[in-house]
Formats: sequence, structure tokens, C-alpha cells
Amino acid sequence: MAFEPVLTRGIGELDLTDLKVYRAQGGYQALEKALRELAPGDVVQMVTDSGLRGRGGAGFPAGKKWSFLPDDGRPRYLVCNADESEPGTFKDRLLIEHHPHQLIEGIVLAAYAVQAVQAFIYLRGEFLEGYRVLQRALAQARDAGYVGRNILGSGFDLEIVVHRGAGAYICGEETGLLSSLQGGRGEPRLKPPFPAVAGLYGMPTVVNNVETLSCVPHIVARGPEWFRSIGPETSPGPKIFSVSGHVVRPGNYELPMGVPLAELIFEHAGGLRPGRRVKAVLPGGGSSPALTADHLDVPLDFDSVAQAGSMLGSGAVMVLDDTTCIVKAAYVLARFFAAESCGQCTPCREGTSWVARILGRIEAGQGRPEDLEVLKSLPGQMAGRTICPFSDASVGFLSSTLIHFEDEYLAHIERGACQVREVRSA
Amino acid sequence: MMEKQAVSWVVERHEEIEALINRYPERRSAVLPLLHLAQEARGYLATEDVEAVAELVGMTPSEVTGIVSFYSLLHRQPRGRYTLTLCQNLPCVLAGAEALAQHLRQRLGIAPGETTPDGLLTLEETHECLAACDGAPVVQVNLEYATHMTPEKVDRLLEALRAASQEAAAPDGEEDDAGGL
Ligand SMILES: Cc1cc2nc3c(=O)[nH]c(=O)nc-3n(C[C@H](O)[C@H](O)[C@H](O)COP(=O)(O)O)c2cc1C
Ligand code: SF4
Ligand code: FES
Repeated sequence: MAFEPVLTRGIGELDLTDLKVYRAQGGYQALEKALRELAPGDVVQMVTDSGLRGRGGAGFPAGKKWSFLPDDGRPRYLVCNADESEPGTFKDRLLIEHHPHQLIEGIVLAAYAVQAVQAFIYLRGEFLEGYRVLQRALAQARDAGYVGRNILGSGFDLEIVVHRGAGAYICGEETGLLSSLQGGRGEPRLKPPFPAVAGLYGMPTVVNNVETLSCVPHIVARGPEWFRSIGPETSPGPKIFSVSGHVVRPGNYELPMGVPLAELIFEHAGGLRPGRRVKAVLPGGGSSPALTADHLDVPLDFDSVAQAGSMLGSGAVMVLDDTTCIVKAAYVLARFFAAESCGQCTPCREGTSWVARILGRIEAGQGRPEDLEVLKSLPGQMAGRTICPFSDASVGFLSSTLIHFEDEYLAHIERGACQVREVRSA
Repeated sequence: MMEKQAVSWVVERHEEIEALINRYPERRSAVLPLLHLAQEARGYLATEDVEAVAELVGMTPSEVTGIVSFYSLLHRQPRGRYTLTLCQNLPCVLAGAEALAQHLRQRLGIAPGETTPDGLLTLEETHECLAACDGAPVVQVNLEYATHMTPEKVDRLLEALRAASQEAAAPDGEEDDAGGL
């Protein structure tokens, strides 16, 4: 059974940003079907049965999230998380810039399913082209009656507002996103209460990732059974993997969930350059612990990657070959986390900048003998004591490489020298 | 005390502003869209812009100032005509982004966060991944992508920006259109 791309089919060949082209590919038929034949609860059931898990990072079952909303008559909101900013991730931008109607259709379907009164797309501020594309597509969809009042004569109303962020990684975290959308600093808040109970403006709110919502039209059109037939039982469906780093052909590859890491790297992304070997792989973006060359047969789905000691996250696969200095890589990521901590929690604010400072001096050959012990003890002090998972995630790569590549840290500290010399490969 | 003068974008884009505010169940939510709009008009956010936005959304100016300081794309100081932002996250660093940054600092004679004396260009280096790592190393010029950058390509880009700004003695070339809400 050859796998046919689902979410990216036609991208690069057709101008799917044009409503006519999208419709000619069967676009908006799922919405017509749902509004004519299906009750909102039927759509929730289909998505539950499909086994679709969130593509934004946590892998939470989408149908289950939709079922959590309390039925108490308060207005409900749907928010599409289009803040894509996990290092190494560039799949949502592809879907936004090249397949906006698929996303809009998914949003209207999800909003219908949960009976949301309004939907928001929280779009990363840097995505200016994506903003233009979405505005154009939304105008077309409104004119054609797919968005707005009394959609396709069904009596269902939905306005979709594109809300531009303004540069802050933490606004990708759903409660930080909601704080920002409500007009504040993008500071996360403690859960519970979860957004499903008290989200936007304190109302029941569903937050879903761009890729998650883009799956919904296909599930409604082709059925949950079809979706489940792709990939493993517990993480079904197609998945876009953003492959970056030391591969010959970095890019987005849509494949069945559960594709083995080696197949993704060597068959799809063109393998490594001649003579190079895999040293480490971050399978789920900058927040994910490193896998090593021993893990190349790991299937890339939520549960298998977790079992291997890392996380699938957003599906951003960063490949580091044997010319990479691990200490340098850890430092580059640490700098990012130190710059992006929102600062509300002391362990996170102080911890991330401390880690970056120590890694900076080790990398520069000025590490102190006690630095390694300090580095090993910091993650424990930063984990689990904070408002959001950022603090924990910020040390994922560091902790894993202190185990797998301790000798490299030692060489820097003891000899003030890098075994590998340069992170940059020619 | 002098009567306070209305800020020009508030007058000129009155209808757009009303529509923007009305998109949201609560006025406060319009704070980022309005700050984007104000910054697009002036190139940065002056005190009177912050005050005008505060009044429009029903916040205090210091609340709005606190919001502005949270977001890296909002600026309280004048900027160059173009902002050139270099990604310094891991996939770009693996592809040579640090050498590129070094090259640009030398070529322009300024440090990150600074603007060239002729007002043409503000240089930024960001630790945030710009979500285009398959084109590493990545640069954004006023939020438009330039990918697979090399020192030579960056030099050509600088030339093109210089030429464009000289040519367009008339206001706002295409890249200046931040388009944005
Ligand atoms: C630090 C942090 C950053 C995050 N960034 C993103 C992001 O950029 N995009 C995204 O969709 N989800 C991001 N998430 C996950 C969201 O909090 C949330 O789980 C997700 O949007 C839910 O959608 P899904 O269930 O469809 O995946 C982030 C989470 C954390 C803790
Ligand atoms: S863990 Fe870090 S990013 Fe998350 S709320 Fe606390 S300080 Fe902010
Ligand atoms: S690391 Fe530079 S675009 Fe992702």
C-alpha cells in the first residue's frame, strides 16, 4: 500500500489558495456534508473515532478535547494555534501559505462540532505572507458562504478572526496564547482550569493546532475508518515531519505516523552527506531530548518516541551529524530558552539563564571543574515547579546529552577544547 | 496645558480601527492589532501612539507599555527603513548562521539592535527559529523571507535594498507594506 499524501496533496503543483482550485479538488464538500447531514455531536464522534491526536506537541486526542466542554449555555470559542515557533518546525507555515482553505474548512467543521460562537486564528507575528494568504482566502470563503452568517443556509454562523501575534515563543503555549489574545502579555497561567472549562474570556475554549484542524475535513469526508487505516493503532493518520539540519534534502515530508526514523532520514530526506554519520536527532523540536544513532529504528509516533526517552512533539526532526559539537548545540538551544522564558517563575527565569551562561563558558573553553555537576543538578530544580512546561522542556536536550555525550562536556571543561572543533559543517 | 492633538493614524484610519475593535468580544483584545497598525504608520511606537492605543482599548498607557515590552516585533525606538533579522537557532547555526551574522556586523559596522547611520537598515539577530529551517540559514527583511543565505547573497541583498530606497524617494516601497493587523 503506497501512502498518498493527504494534507499536502497538490501543494507545489496547484494553486490551492484559490477557492476554485480547492473546490475542484473536492474542497468544502466535507463542510457541505456535515451541515446537511450530520449533527454537531456526529462530527465530534467521527473525530473521536478517528483517533486523531493533536499535532501541536502534546498529542492529546482531539475528539476527547472537544467532548470536555461543559454544557452550561456559556458561549464557546475555537482557537487555532498558528503560532508555530518550536525550533525546527515549519509545517504549519506550509499549510497556511499553500493550503489555507483546508484549514478554514477544518476550523468551520470544528466550530460546528463544538458549537463555537466565534473562531480565532492566532497567527505568528512573523508570518506576514501567511497573514496575507489567510485574509485573501477568508474573503473568498466569506463571499462563497462558507464563513459568516447562516453558512450554506444551515443556520450556523461563524466569524473567523485572524489575530497576529507580535514575536514571543511562549504565545505558542495555549494559556500564554489566550492571555495574549485577550490583550495582555503572553504569560501562561496554571492549569487547571483547562481552556475547555475556562479559556478565552473565561469561556469554554478549544485550542487546536493548524495541522490537527487541517485533518478534520478529510476525516469527515472519508470517514474515521480510513483515517485509522493509516499509521499505528494508538497514533493514527498522516503526519508532516519537518526535517532540518544535516540532511541532504531538508524539508516537509508527509508520511504515515510511525514511519521509522531511519526511513525518514535516508529514504525521504536524502540521507547525510558522504562520509557523515548520525550523531544525535531531536525528534520533536528544540524541546525534545536527543535520540542517538542507536535509535534509528524508532517509529515516529507519539508513544514509540516517548518509549525511546524523547517526545514526538510537533514532529520537527533535527538531524545532527558527527561533525556537530554537542556542547555548542546545547548552548545554542539554551540561549534561545533563556531569551524566551516569560519570567513569571523563578526556577525557569533564573534556571534558563544560568544554564545558558554555564554552557556559554564551557563552549568557549572556560568551563570550571564544578560546572558539570551544576549542569546535572539544574534540570531537577527547574522541572515540575513552574506554571507551564517550558522550564522542563528547556533542559530536555541538555539532560539527554549529559547522559549520552558526557565525554564531550568533560573534554571542553578539562582541556578547554572541542573534540569536534566546529558545529558548522561546510 | 495645551490641548492634546489627535495622532494622525487614529484620524486617518478611523473606520478600520472601529472595525478592528468590533471583531472582538472585548476591546482589550484589539491591543496587538492596533499596535501593529500604529507601528506600521510611524515605523515604531512613540509615546503618543501608546497613549492613543491605550485610550482606544480602555487600558492605562503603562499597561500598554508593559505589553509592548513583551513582544519582540514591537519597538519603542525609531528603526531603519528595513529591518534585517538573522535567525540564530540551531538548524540555521548548523548551516553557518553565525558566520553570516559576523559578516553582516562587519559589513554594516553595527551591532545587533542598531541602525545604520543613514537610517537604511536595522540589524537584528534572533534566537527564535523563523520556521523556515529547510532554507537555512534564514533571513527576514521586513518579515519577507530570504533563504539559503550566504555572505555573497547577503551582500547582493544589501545592494538591492540600497538601490530600492534610492529609487523610491517616493514613500514606501513594497517591502515597507507591513500590511498588518
Ligand atoms: C512552550 C510551549 C510552546 C508551544 N508552542 C506551540 C506552537 O507553537 N504551536 C502549537 O500548535 N502548539 C504549541 N504548544 C502546544 C499548545 O500548548 C497546545 O497543546 C496545542 O496548541 C493544542 O493543540 P493540539 O491538541 O491540536 O495539538 C506549545 C506548548 C508549550 C508548552
Ligand atoms: S515555566 Fe517559564 S515560560 Fe512557563 S510560565 Fe513559568 S517562567 Fe513563563
Ligand atoms: S532555525 Fe532558522 S529558520 Fe529554523
